[in-house]
Amino acid sequence: MGTADILIKFALIVIIFLISLLIAMYSTYAERKVAAFFQDRVGPNRAGPFGILQPLADGAKMFLKEEIIPTHANGFLFIVGPSLAIMTACIGSAVIPWGQKLTIGTHVIDLQVTDINVGVLYIFGVVSLGVYGVMIGGWASNNKYSLLGAIRAASQNISYEIAMGLSIISLLMTTGTLSLREIAEQQHGWHWNIIYQPLGFLIFIVCAFAETNRTPFDLPECETELVGGYHTEYSSMKLGFYLFAEYINMFVSSAVMATLYFGGYNFPFMHSLGLSENWVTILGVIVLFAKIFFFIFFFMWVRWTIPRFRYDQLMDLGWKTLIPLAIANIVLTGLWMTFIK
Amino acid sequence: MESLSNKRKVIESKPLNFWERAYLPAILHGLAITMKHFLFKKDVTVRYPEQKREFSENFRGMHSLKRDEEGRERCTACGLCALSCPAEAITMISAERQPGEENLYREEKYAAVYEINMLRCIFCGLCEEACPKEAIYLDGDIIPADYLRKDFIYGKDKLVEAPLNQ
Amino acid sequence: MSIFYFIAFLSILFAVLVISAKNPVHSILYLVLTFFTFTIQYILLNAQFLAIVNFIVYMGAILVLFLYTLMLINLNKDSEPVKSNIIKIAAVLGGGSLLVVIVACLKQVGISQPVLLKDPGLGLVKNLGKVLFNEFLLPFEVSSLLLLSAMVGAVLLATKDPKTT
Ligand code: SF4
Ligand code: SF4
Repeated sequence: MGTADILIKFALIVIIFLISLLIAMYSTYAERKVAAFFQDRVGPNRAGPFGILQPLADGAKMFLKEEIIPTHANGFLFIVGPSLAIMTACIGSAVIPWGQKLTIGTHVIDLQVTDINVGVLYIFGVVSLGVYGVMIGGWASNNKYSLLGAIRAASQNISYEIAMGLSIISLLMTTGTLSLREIAEQQHGWHWNIIYQPLGFLIFIVCAFAETNRTPFDLPECETELVGGYHTEYSSMKLGFYLFAEYINMFVSSAVMATLYFGGYNFPFMHSLGLSENWVTILGVIVLFAKIFFFIFFFMWVRWTIPRFRYDQLMDLGWKTLIPLAIANIVLTGLWMTFIK
Repeated sequence: MESLSNKRKVIESKPLNFWERAYLPAILHGLAITMKHFLFKKDVTVRYPEQKREFSENFRGMHSLKRDEEGRERCTACGLCALSCPAEAITMISAERQPGEENLYREEKYAAVYEINMLRCIFCGLCEEACPKEAIYLDGDIIPADYLRKDFIYGKDKLVEAPLNQ
Repeated sequence: MSIFYFIAFLSILFAVLVISAKNPVHSILYLVLTFFTFTIQYILLNAQFLAIVNFIVYMGAILVLFLYTLMLINLNKDSEPVKSNIIKIAAVLGGGSLLVVIVACLKQVGISQPVLLKDPGLGLVKNLGKVLFNEFLLPFEVSSLLLLSAMVGAVLLATKDPKTT
């Protein structure tokens, strides 16, 4: 690896980091706009034309607000909580293949930060780590409502991780690899995994909603029962980090869903268009982002449609419906692979 | 127990059938409904500061101190409005009209200072009813928001109607 | 090598902090860090699968459950049981004899050659899977049975006895 390659990698990391931050920022704006459209309203429209400067205004507000650390809170862990939340949210995007290889002069640029051969498991690890931010923050606040919110978050995440893992196993049985790059390449053209694994995708997306704590599974925050949720005691940018982490998580899980089930950067007829390799790659990146935006929109669409589950219903759904379904899916996939294929 | 009226409705809660328990059809139905709103329904928002809804005829907004046909202030600082005000929002200081000021004030006594505290005022319109000189009417706009309390005490500069032919 | 020594030092440091931390929640968090250093060690050994599994299972699930219970039972200084002097003396005696044994053992061992992996790709998923499902199929299945029985036991413990309720 020459210096140029290292520089390119570094630039790629910075770019992806900035893009995820930018998308998370504008997701907050999009969320409010989309909510408004679903409810026949206008949404934010004061800061800049159509309100597109709203995220900046929100950010400035967050930074300028008073920083409060409760007297009996555990000062150090109170700060570690949100930092951990946003950190785990950001590192998830490292293994996602954003596109094929770009060739510029003699350099071949791989549009993926790192292609480790256990990419899918890496994403799992990061997701399972995400719960620490919430738990530590909730406990360090020294507030029983925060603690209850944190405990809800932890049990919800652990429960749905199992179903998510099981739903992925059947996908891995058909793809035969754990590397996201290879999974994306196998879905060349039209052979998207959603066609082979519709049930697996259904389970995965439900679990993704639960893992990102989005409605209908946003149990960790609940005004009526928990005052606010695990971030009741947080204010200013520390609260901002928690909210921000949610949107980055949403972005990353949309990217994972697009890569695993919807062909990633592949689009139909990509090689019969008669374009040069580089143009196909760039188009692929655009297609991938279109898919990601669709999923982010879907997250919001669901949020403004379905009310929150009750806690026992949530656990019932996770343990008594999704896990058996996922296991049945594994068995079905196994049968299909041995007898039909 | 026998109900008094016959309006009792027996609620039956049947156990959910398979499709209802599977959530998905209901969720898809809900998604379709919200999508309909997203795509086809026009928003009903009135973009307030730029766009205003018409006020009703008896709307009571900001006060204005009226002038007569010759452009003279009608108020004679009798204090009846302040007296009738349930919120004690009005204060005034009266002064005597000097010779040569007949084109400014209609009566020989007038209000040199006339202040309404808009934070106290409840827009009941009793001042309007109390005034013997038909000098005060609540026919203005909505009071705009502001940052400081002192800016809500409106003096004559804001209350008195603009002079006639200018 | 130097990375290994640094990470090993960190593991031991955090492990010591686990037992010396006053607050139980802090010691769990140090335990998390200890396991994280283990993950790094696995990666240094090119055992990516083990590293990730260690990460997911230990850091992501088991320690979260530890944290969960500790947060709920709210251990602090007031609820710590008072230990009598006899127990303290017994503890010192026990620890001392353990120390003697360890020192005696350490005197016997010579410095071993550093372990060299014959096959550097051994820890990769593909090779690991092949080894597990060919050579070690029987132990693998037996351990899965063990896990299954543990799960059944847990369910049995968690369900209420219909007679007593
Ligand atoms: S509207 Fe009512 S409250 Fe307001 S100044 Fe007149 S009398 Fe007082
Ligand atoms: S506004 Fe009318 S009631 Fe009030 S002081 Fe003037 S004349 Fe009297």
